[in-house]
Amino acid sequence: MVDKRKVRIMVAKPGLDGHDRGARIIARAYRDAGFEVVYTGLHQTPEEIVESAIQEDVDMIGLSSLAGAHKYLFPRVLELLREKGAEDIVVCGGGIFPDEDIEMLKKAGVKELFTPGSSLEEIVRWVKINVKLR
Amino acid sequence: MSLTFNKKIFDDIDKSHRKWRDELDRAFESKPERLERFSTVSDREINAIYSPADVKDQSFAKDIGFPGEYPFTRGVQPSMYRGRLWTMRMFAGLGSAKDTNRRFHHLVNEGQTGLSTAFDMPTLMGYDTDSPKARGECGKCGVAIDTLQDMEDLFEGLPVDMITTSMTINPPAAMIWAMYIAMAEKRGIDRSVIGGTIQNDMLKEFIAQKTFMCPPAPSVRVVTDTVEFGTKEVPRWNTISISGYHIREAGSTAVQELAFTLADGIAYTQAAIDRGLDVDQFAPRFSFFFNSHLDFFEEIAKFRAARRMWARIMKDRFGAKDPRSWWLRFHTQTAGCSLTAQQPYNNVVRTALEALAAVLGGTQSLHTNSLDEVLALPSEESATIALRTQQIIAEESGVTNTLDPLGGSYFVEALTNQMEEEAFEIIHKVDDMGGMLAAIERNYPQQAIADAAYHYQRQVDDKQKTVVGVNKYATEEKISLELLEINEELERLQIEKVNRIKNDRDNKKVKYCLDELAEACAGKRNVMEPLVEGAKAYVTLQESCDVFRQVFGEYRDPGIY
Amino acid sequence: MSSIAEKVIAGDVRAVARLIRDIDDGLPEVRDVLKEIYPYTGRAYVIGITGSPGVGKSTLIDQMINHLRRRNKTVGVLAVDPTSPFSGGAILGDRVRMQRHSMDEGVFIRSMATRGQFGGLTQSTRSATDVLDAMGKDYILVETVGVGQDEVDIVKSAHTTVILVVPGMGDDVQALKAGILEVGDIFVINKADREGSDRTLNDLRLMIDMDQKLDAEGMWKPPVLKVQAVFDKGVEELMEEIDRHGKSLVKTYGGLHFRGRKDKVREELTDMVKNRLIEDVINRLNEINGFDAAVNSIVEGKMDPYTACDSILLPMLGHFGTT
Repeated sequence: MVDKRKVRIMVAKPGLDGHDRGARIIARAYRDAGFEVVYTGLHQTPEEIVESAIQEDVDMIGLSSLAGAHKYLFPRVLELLREKGAEDIVVCGGGIFPDEDIEMLKKAGVKELFTPGSSLEEIVRWVKINVKLR
Repeated sequence: MSLTFNKKIFDDIDKSHRKWRDELDRAFESKPERLERFSTVSDREINAIYSPADVKDQSFAKDIGFPGEYPFTRGVQPSMYRGRLWTMRMFAGLGSAKDTNRRFHHLVNEGQTGLSTAFDMPTLMGYDTDSPKARGECGKCGVAIDTLQDMEDLFEGLPVDMITTSMTINPPAAMIWAMYIAMAEKRGIDRSVIGGTIQNDMLKEFIAQKTFMCPPAPSVRVVTDTVEFGTKEVPRWNTISISGYHIREAGSTAVQELAFTLADGIAYTQAAIDRGLDVDQFAPRFSFFFNSHLDFFEEIAKFRAARRMWARIMKDRFGAKDPRSWWLRFHTQTAGCSLTAQQPYNNVVRTALEALAAVLGGTQSLHTNSLDEVLALPSEESATIALRTQQIIAEESGVTNTLDPLGGSYFVEALTNQMEEEAFEIIHKVDDMGGMLAAIERNYPQQAIADAAYHYQRQVDDKQKTVVGVNKYATEEKISLELLEINEELERLQIEKVNRIKNDRDNKKVKYCLDELAEACAGKRNVMEPLVEGAKAYVTLQESCDVFRQVFGEYRDPGIY
Repeated sequence: MSSIAEKVIAGDVRAVARLIRDIDDGLPEVRDVLKEIYPYTGRAYVIGITGSPGVGKSTLIDQMINHLRRRNKTVGVLAVDPTSPFSGGAILGDRVRMQRHSMDEGVFIRSMATRGQFGGLTQSTRSATDVLDAMGKDYILVETVGVGQDEVDIVKSAHTTVILVVPGMGDDVQALKAGILEVGDIFVINKADREGSDRTLNDLRLMIDMDQKLDAEGMWKPPVLKVQAVFDKGVEELMEEIDRHGKSLVKTYGGLHFRGRKDKVREELTDMVKNRLIEDVINRLNEINGFDAAVNSIVEGKMDPYTACDSILLPMLGHFGTT
């Protein structure tokens, strides 16, 4: 039986941060790796991200943050996913996170955080291993 | 007077070059060249050697000349660093106005010669701290400014009549400038003596930095309002800092940075002319802002090409007569995107090299990044090291003993010529589309930058481009730094502050000011006066911005990848 | 009724999203659910919007959603983007331009990729449309890039098909796939402020006028409209034309129920049978060893492809196929 199934990933930029160079690059890398990427664009509220993720039935949400507001925004996304019964969607983050914040975010449920210097290959490999088709 | 080489000499040079090349190729047969390809960070291929033959069509008088002499390849003023060093202007902004004020004082005490303000995300996007959109963002990447009170706190104890202030602000630039003017006037300082810069370059927002609020056309109208106001009321102020820095940070090549920046400049110039202003009235106050990236010589060539190109554009295309209109004066910031989180102390070296390139390129003012900026806002210590970097270059390295030291280098002159040629090609492409506004609407610069960014990342991943400490010479060892933390309480305190101000001010006056502003926006009246009046009445930033949103509409990210 | 079907009919977003995913993924169990929800379909008005990349389809749809919501209608959107033939992945970036509606409960937006390989895109989209229909959406907007045959086929299953172009495309109007020009019910010139919009308007009108089929009495003659989607100019007129087209469908066919029309049903059933058959054969093809052996034989010059084909089909079908 030929498997037509594809991993669906949402790449989202929460908050007011407009630095989208990384988000756009990772979207392309995901596509080149054979995933389907729903790109939300800039300036999304956590509510918009979660609602979109559910409509799109994605397996993973990648949140990009480079302006320091991740401490509020990322846990808020996880909270909303739980409220909507969609906590099986894997959440990971890319961008700038000091070490203590990484600990805090992982405790809040973010599966992995990719900091500057992460290679595209490394990120894609992680997704292939850790994100199961739902 | 052209270079005193004649045909025979060039033929001899060509012969010698070929001989040298043949020997090299023979040697490479047994032991190949160190790399498959020698290229800059922008992926421009560089030759093994440059000789007079590479610049044989160049005329010293027409193309190089002397500093202060058209086309200013070697510098805009005759004296350059022999008369006055560049302004050491460190970008600073964190937390509350009082926090940033402290940092300002520290930097001034340590020897910096101009102020530069970084604002937080809500301020940059035209929201007050109490907006739901601002949740979690207060003070995180710069200072939070909601009202005139914050502006007053920000510049407490600083002589704004004697020191110049740069403010990196775009959609709400007019509002923030109005607050600054109001702050100065409240201190009895006349607006005709204050000096500084507002970035106020909306075109590059749509292309690269992505802090936008209203659509492109009304945004350019507001920028033109500020140019007009500055020309008449605040003559010492640089009303736009036409920026390439962010275009580069978004992933463009050096030539794209150069071309798109100048194309933006052309658009603003045309807009002001269409407004009825005389080019020589406003052009002297246009300033530029470039990135100084890792490839040392490419950057120096870029800066020199920029000066020459702008001079030609101003003189030939726009017919400017005042030599000051032909000057490209620029601020430089070392490349944030070149810094690494791994082995952060390496960043000091990167910044030093980038700063040196900017100095050898003849920058008017310079910001050097701090080693910890990949991870957080700079700590006081690391910002001090960054400042010292400039001071050491200025006072110890000797590069400021002479002007444009690299002028005449075959390599640098050839590179300068190449970059000018390629950049003009891109500018012509933009012209053919109907100008920058049309090009943005077609997503041309956005797509070009996205492609360049992806190309570079793939090269880094494939190790075709080295990043020391990341894809080469990487270590497992984690170096922990004391990072700056923003007080989480700040958001609550700032919200309280704004609420108090909203309560205590004359709300009837506020409504009047906002109505005046709406009328100005809807009509042809310049928005600056109503904004200054409003600032004095403690209208909040978002209140003014909401009027803009109402009248001009809101711009949403089209999501080009 | 299964709980999935119940949830879909009740409008549960997660259930709908999951079902569309399963349809997309080609899971066999989906057919049973589709059978269950079928009685609840036939209410929604389906509008297909197609055109080359960059003409502004998503921006136009964003405005159309706005107009429909103002009329208190609920909207479902299927935005289809091409799968990369090299990697099999896709970036689905249409949603970006409609994101302001993401929190509106009356709007459901779903991005889909063409997923190439076995065709069947039309089927997936038709089934997804059925799901949104059963969910209760009044209008369903289907966006595709009109470059492949599949995408042309999708819009054939819409009540009204809107073809979007931009001026200055010059001979691109000629270059538009002939198939698309035939299926267009309304032609829209977006970014109409650009140079050449009048010329494009005339080119299109000429092309429509030359189509003799339309001379017949009562035939719908496609109008050509100018809009500037990003400024919401001309969109109200477009909505009115769509209304007018809907009324003409009722007049011609006695109603809007797609599957009440013999020609449409014939088309859909043929497609469905065809796709299921092909899928079945392809699946089996990958299981039998004979396929690889046949490929090798041809490459080594030991067998011709016609004989090879016969040798594969005989064991599978019991005969050699049609020829």
